[in-house]
Amino acid sequence: MEAPRLNILNETVRALYFHVPMWFGMVLLYLLSVYYAIKYLRNPLHDYDVKSVELANVGTAFGILGMVTGMLWANYTWGSPWHGDPKQKGAAIALLVYFAYFVLRGSLSNDEQRARLSSIYNIFAFATMIPLIFIIPRLEDSMHPGNGGNPGFNAYDLDSRMRMIFYPAVIAWFIIGLWIVSLRVRYRTIEERILESEL
Amino acid sequence: MKKIVYFFLLMTISMIANAQHAEMADVMRSNGKIYVVVGIILIVLTGLVTYLFLLDRKITKLENKLSDKR
Repeated sequence: MEAPRLNILNETVRALYFHVPMWFGMVLLYLLSVYYAIKYLRNPLHDYDVKSVELANVGTAFGILGMVTGMLWANYTWGSPWHGDPKQKGAAIALLVYFAYFVLRGSLSNDEQRARLSSIYNIFAFATMIPLIFIIPRLEDSMHPGNGGNPGFNAYDLDSRMRMIFYPAVIAWFIIGLWIVSLRVRYRTIEERILESEL
Repeated sequence: MKKIVYFFLLMTISMIANAQHAEMADVMRSNGKIYVVVGIILIVLTGLVTYLFLLDRKITKLENKLSDKR
């Protein structure tokens, strides 16, 4: 597939099919995680809690991969892996907020209390992530396309050739994420059943 | 001692100065930086494979627990 020929970016423009879907996947997985957290608060079923945690878990894995790929990409296009870009910093803080979610879960031993508190925290974590990743970088100067003084995706993403691959790639990576979530949820339910039968 | 320090300092300065003029020849910048894309794909794949490998280990532990009981 032909990709637009741009200075500095050169062929790395193709990293768009891998780096960006990681973040899209993370946001979508976190969104579903919040959905199940709210569902748990409305109707405290254990299944909702398990789904909520595992969605957040895989979302965080996607986020870490997005961070590492972004650092490699930045090293050869922006000049250094950690550039102090507002979006990069915001994403790092958002990931730390989600790490704290797992710390919170690990620190509570009562099942119901853990599920309830972490569901509430999950809503706050999602609510902080959105401005950190989508709003603050747009108010400041960010090197990411579509932020600060930079034009939107139109430099290359409005290119229909790239869109034809980019959107299916986003959907495909998201489905891979959902598949890992389902594996982990199944693992958790089997584990709990074994523990119950031991009692 | 001081002379040696100055010597190395001068050497690094001249190396940096030379580097600025030199065409970067490392792999990641050759061929239109396509190896950066290769690297990114490898990071994503190894990351996901490690993640699945850890899950595999957890499942093996569960299987062992089951076989212990029977």
